Amino acid sequence: MEYICELKNISKRFHTIHNETKALDDLSMNVKKGEIVSIVGPSGSGKSTVLNLIAGLEKPSEGEVIVNTNNIGFMFQKDQLYEWRNIFKNCLLGLEVKNMDNDENRKKVTEMLEKYGLYNFRNHYPSQLSGGMRQRAALVRTLAVEPDLLLLDEPFSALDYQTRLSVGNEVGQILRREKITTILVTHDIPEAVSISDRVIVFTERPAKVKKIYEINFNECQGERTPMKCRNTLEFGEYFRQIWRDLDVEEE
Amino acid sequence: MWRKNNKNETSVPVSISKEHQEYLKSIKREKSFIRIMQIFIFVIFIVLWEWAAKNNHVDRFLTSMPSAIFNLILKFVEDGSLFKHLYVSTTETIAGFFAGTIVGLLVAILLWWFEKLAKITDPYIVILNSLPKTALAPIIILWAGMGFSGIVVTAASISVVVTIMTLYTGFINVESDKIVLLKTMGANKYQILMKVIIPANIPSIMSVIRVNIGLSWIGVIVGEFLVSKAGIGYLILYGSQTFKLDLVMMGVFVLGLIAAIMYFLAAWLEKRVIKY
Repeated sequence: MEYICELKNISKRFHTIHNETKALDDLSMNVKKGEIVSIVGPSGSGKSTVLNLIAGLEKPSEGEVIVNTNNIGFMFQKDQLYEWRNIFKNCLLGLEVKNMDNDENRKKVTEMLEKYGLYNFRNHYPSQLSGGMRQRAALVRTLAVEPDLLLLDEPFSALDYQTRLSVGNEVGQILRREKITTILVTHDIPEAVSISDRVIVFTERPAKVKKIYEINFNECQGERTPMKCRNTLEFGEYFRQIWRDLDVEEE
Repeated sequence: MWRKNNKNETSVPVSISKEHQEYLKSIKREKSFIRIMQIFIFVIFIVLWEWAAKNNHVDRFLTSMPSAIFNLILKFVEDGSLFKHLYVSTTETIAGFFAGTIVGLLVAILLWWFEKLAKITDPYIVILNSLPKTALAPIIILWAGMGFSGIVVTAASISVVVTIMTLYTGFINVESDKIVLLKTMGANKYQILMKVIIPANIPSIMSVIRVNIGLSWIGVIVGEFLVSKAGIGYLILYGSQTFKLDLVMMGVFVLGLIAAIMYFLAAWLEKRVIKY
């Protein structure tokens, strides 16, 4: 199997004037092509740091980060749409940066907007859209450059519960259908289980890999969607196991 | 497939309820009341002034009177000298405004680009900012020239430092994830500047423009007080030195008028530029 990204014995320390904090300690993990991997862990355990390392925004203190692509898409907790650009122009941002803003790609973006129900809002400004629509627009912006690796940093956690379930469900289906290699950081266990092929559980800071779960839903009939997965017995079992992993540290 | 959202439907309902009609009417009524009161205050002020001056309740020599000022304006318009003075001051102001704003913007960009430079120069900029720039006007005029150029530089010097500080603060306070987003897309520093730093600061650039118009007028008037043979500032100073208060009042009135026009132009521009 071809790895898109490998972390080998990574340590990461953060420095301030007063002290230094070890966020990651001898952490190793990898992501295969086409795989959807979730990282869950206690808050402040360095989950986002892993994404920043993979995206090349930070350097590890020790160890090696191998990423076999330079076309990475990144989504944040907030959609980070630029309020001075309309939705269509927001979606062109990545293409502009990469000098790929041509008619062909514009057509592609337009098709994606149609597909994700945003076409009628393409000339609207972000402030005129609801949270769910904004996050979908952010997804179109991210996918417009056809990234080989998608990094999602708690992308749904700023949404209200209902929107979060429905956008999570849609995004999960899109990722699976388009076979987009994805790393999802979340503190929401059900979200991780329902969307991913694998869930990596981190320990408290300094984070190591505590456990890795291969997620399989044999009960799911037809296309696997996050919503269907949530209604299976296996789902509950995964949830209980991961919950226990996270809970042990609380004592 | 996606949940439909109603947030964007701004369509007008087919029939407006009576209550809503009343509501719209009350808003209209309040608006026109405010406008009428605004005009009323102006009219009362002028009438009172004229009345008090005519009946010697105030010293006409010191306060002049509206009719005399009006006649003087007519006279100045007829012989064309008003436009000459207006032209001189306005060109000086516009030149000073552009110089101060553009230099300020460029320096702010430079400081953003070289963070260390910003840290090193910080105390100097703070001191320059708290210094009353008009105190420098006599020096600047000696350096830059006893005329148009000196006045323009004086005008620019008043707005340039506060422009630098305002814009630089805006630049470094752009939400960091907005920049990180561009970095993850592989953007270079120039792209970050052009695609996020500047556009995110258009509102603060616009407010800087509005403030700088007023500051440039201050610089021009001070400059004209010091050295000039023409301009509104010259008229005011000449009037006060020869005890022609009509002339002083006219200068102030015309100044208020032209400054207001420029302010509204800037406000209009702001509306055109910021659509979101």
